[in-house]
Amino acid sequence: MSDESPSHAIGAGVQAGPVVNDFCITISTVNGSGSATANNLLLRALFRMGIPVSGKNIFPSNIQGLPTWYTIRLSKDGYLARLEKDDIVVAMNPASFSREMDFILPGGVLFYADDIKQEITRTDIIAYPMPVKKLIKDADVAPNMRDYIANMVYVGVVGQMLGISLDELYAALDFHFKGKKKAIDSNFNVIKAAADWAAANLEKKDPYRVERMTGMTDDCIMADGNTSAALGALFGGLQFSGWYPITPATSLAESLNEYLPMLRKDPQTGKYTCIVVQSEDELAAIGMTIGAGWAGLRSMTSTSGPGLSLMSEYLGLAYYAEVPCVVWDVQRVGPSTGLPTRTQQGDLTQVYFNGHGDTQFVMLIPGSVNECFEFGWRALDVAERVQTPVIVMSDLDLGMNQWMTKKFDYPDRPLDRGKILWEEDIDALVKENKDWGRYLDVDGDGIPYRTVAGNKHPRSAYFARGTGHDEYGKYSEEPEVWERVLDRIARKIQNSTAYLPAPVLTSDGKSEIGIIVSGSAEPAVMEARDQLKHKGVATDVLRIRSIPFHDEVKDFLRDHQRVYVVELNRDGQMGQLLTINYPEYATRLFKVAHTDGLALTAKWVRETIEAREEKVS
Amino acid sequence: MTNPVSVSPANVNLVGLSRSDYRGAASTLCQGCGHNGIASQIVAALYEMNLIPENVVKFSGIGCSSKSPTYFLSRSFGFNGLHGRMPSLALGALAADTSLKGIGVSGDGDSASIGMGQFKHIIRRNVPMVYIVENNGVYGLTKGQFSATAEKGLTLKKQGVNQFLPVDICAEALVANATFVARSFAGDPRQLKELLKAAISHHGIAILDVISPCVTFHNQDNSIHSYTFGKEHEIPLHELSYVPAREDITVEDYEEGAPREVTLHDGSTIVLKKLDKDHDPTNRLQAAMVLEEARRKNELITGLIYINPDEPSFFDGYGLVEEPLNRLDDSRLRPGREALDQLNAMFM
Ligand SMILES: Cc1ncc(C[n+]2csc(CCOP(=O)(O)OP(=O)(O)O)c2C)c(N)n1
Ligand code: SF4
Ligand SMILES: [Mg+2]
Repeated sequence: MSDESPSHAIGAGVQAGPVVNDFCITISTVNGSGSATANNLLLRALFRMGIPVSGKNIFPSNIQGLPTWYTIRLSKDGYLARLEKDDIVVAMNPASFSREMDFILPGGVLFYADDIKQEITRTDIIAYPMPVKKLIKDADVAPNMRDYIANMVYVGVVGQMLGISLDELYAALDFHFKGKKKAIDSNFNVIKAAADWAAANLEKKDPYRVERMTGMTDDCIMADGNTSAALGALFGGLQFSGWYPITPATSLAESLNEYLPMLRKDPQTGKYTCIVVQSEDELAAIGMTIGAGWAGLRSMTSTSGPGLSLMSEYLGLAYYAEVPCVVWDVQRVGPSTGLPTRTQQGDLTQVYFNGHGDTQFVMLIPGSVNECFEFGWRALDVAERVQTPVIVMSDLDLGMNQWMTKKFDYPDRPLDRGKILWEEDIDALVKENKDWGRYLDVDGDGIPYRTVAGNKHPRSAYFARGTGHDEYGKYSEEPEVWERVLDRIARKIQNSTAYLPAPVLTSDGKSEIGIIVSGSAEPAVMEARDQLKHKGVATDVLRIRSIPFHDEVKDFLRDHQRVYVVELNRDGQMGQLLTINYPEYATRLFKVAHTDGLALTAKWVRETIEAREEKVS
Repeated sequence: MTNPVSVSPANVNLVGLSRSDYRGAASTLCQGCGHNGIASQIVAALYEMNLIPENVVKFSGIGCSSKSPTYFLSRSFGFNGLHGRMPSLALGALAADTSLKGIGVSGDGDSASIGMGQFKHIIRRNVPMVYIVENNGVYGLTKGQFSATAEKGLTLKKQGVNQFLPVDICAEALVANATFVARSFAGDPRQLKELLKAAISHHGIAILDVISPCVTFHNQDNSIHSYTFGKEHEIPLHELSYVPAREDITVEDYEEGAPREVTLHDGSTIVLKKLDKDHDPTNRLQAAMVLEEARRKNELITGLIYINPDEPSFFDGYGLVEEPLNRLDDSRLRPGREALDQLNAMFM
């Protein structure tokens, strides 16, 4: 109970009585040692016990040898945001051992590998040694597997001391090793031996325990945002993806490859209906993706800040030539190479204004792993419907960490292929004596009709270009033509809100304090909202899920005296966009933004809002 | 699907189309620009090959050269992309319907400088398309700067003296493992047309480095990129004819020496009649030597430098369904509910 969640207001250990299903464990290891498997086992086993959990990996931009931390938060109330301090630390890395001590709450627990011969400087914590070397020696594993198997020792010891079910750890192993019996058993044997050792040799002195729960994880799964986005796209009829490796987006494209055989092999012929190409760079990844989108494929790429910057020029062309395509921006910390393995919501303004000239890009902002799946297919629909690039703003926290989330819902509507004309459609137009021009606004919604390569009608073809063109796609430098086409595109983008996910309002009646949030910042905000409510401060929260903004955003600004815009970046980019769109309400907006590479905490959000509110009263 | 019915059989090809069905908009390039000559030969080659314009897709980057796809095949889809980034655009678009023939037009600035990366990688992947580099040694559209193919020592009025050794498009293509490498000259329309036909029939990437003089900014008689130099010094490696599939090759046409023949994937044949050298274009080492020799002697050699007709092309490796991907209906694209149930169970 680490931070001040509504249920607990003080440190746990100093409090009498057991602390059940409401604390935070951080496991400190060396990166490249294979600890990810062990950490995920603990996370999944807890989840399988019905306990709401979230796991966050704080890892270095490095392959082997540097400190890495994995934090598991258990929250019987279902709070998934990051906490600032730990109840329990599992120390496996001598190099960071002394620093670990600073993060443990008074009364907290330290599990440590007993070969770390360093002084335990804290007297207000409970320390348990783990004979990692000895247990590994006894386990009789191949020398090259020892470091990896060592991680199973802490799974066993911590599991035993907290009461994590061995059966669920076994089930988690089964999930991880996809049923491979030999791997499951060799790992489980070490876990079991470690648990037995702990039962026989350690005396429980701390208050932390886990217990099976019901009702909080029903209909939930455990997944990461990148895998979910890939699955969503495959259910959205994705047909082409060009991509280039970059943390934290890589696993999105790799998941496409992983699930293609299961999901996108034609049942009759066993042949593929989707193609994934690892390109030479992001300049090419976006070029391919736009080429495919132009030719009538549901197409997508995935990248992060540096790659997105390289994609700028082609995205500008797609905006102006009106080519559908989807870009997943799994945001990491910029500017520049920045902190490649840390999270941020720092690309909002870049994407909104991407490229030279007057542009505006349609953005979707998923706030959960379940929404990553949903926006995976929805983004493809929007792109083809509006004939424009759609940028989905995910981030490292959402994309790479495991989250408890609602089960994936099957798409609630058929694929939207937008306004596309094939041979018979053009024949029909010709018969009705109607005109066809690639950029003619026939329906008055700013969205023209398009044809795609392979259409065999002699009147179907047109020449797409990023240079000035008229309604028939013909080259033009005429001043009025330029202005007319650009104005129509602006109108089209404004109208696109009809197809975009609306904001989500959380309110218990009307408060004068509003909070605006988007994406992965939501869990910290919702928890902060509960904490404020606990203290008698009511707030309404609006989570923005897409840009251009729906009218509800304006209504929200109108209806609240003070609106805190909470986001994970330095400059308050969402606040900037709101200011530009609604200058009349600019003075109501307060920036609640910071970025240090880590996810926001409820504590920080609450304290920042409280500090500001004090000035008001 | 909807080919106009032929009116006068004399003026139409086998698919009932006249030459004008292959034309494009009027050129806005300079009078005498080599790029115009190449556009005319594309029209002629496709007309003679009886290809339906709707089965061709055009691509280009940015430059005078890259403007030219509007000057041929108005009835074909086309996409004028970004400077140096035509290849990626073409790759993605061709994935939509692999039965389409891709024709990309680029310049020496477009391919040998800003687009060198994409040039190399589309070759490496053997994406089935024709890739024409209209090579004039300068940046035409930005008014006459040296390009990377300009020879060392070349002097241009505003630019001074070029300090650097040139990039050889064909050599770059060859080391990148191109399966079809040819050089031609805008002033040699007959050879160019035959090479274009062979390139279109090739199952894989076909790189055509076509010397295409820029009459406005660089047409100096002593430079390899000028009409005069080409007319006086072009050294064809062979006399080259393209014979479509199912047409018998009448050897009597070639009196002197036995011609080399290369059979392409679609059954058509390239017939190469020997001239001074006996160049074997299926021999990669010979191809490299021919290029190196030409470089040393500053010779403009033209013809089919290298071909490997049997490599699988890019899309062959993906195990795609037979039908064009862009014509698949929704039922083939969205997995069923059971698949999602299975996934949800997996992630529990
Ligand atoms: C990203 C970018 N940089 C620069 C330019 C300006 N530019 C237009 S055409 C061109 C050079 C074209 O040279 P080349 O490809 O040789 O074509 P040519 O005009 O000679 O046929 C340049 C540098 C551009 N359009 N885009
Ligand atoms: S400037 Fe040169 S390359 Fe451009 S159109 Fe004129 S002659 Fe051709
Ligand atoms: Mg040039």
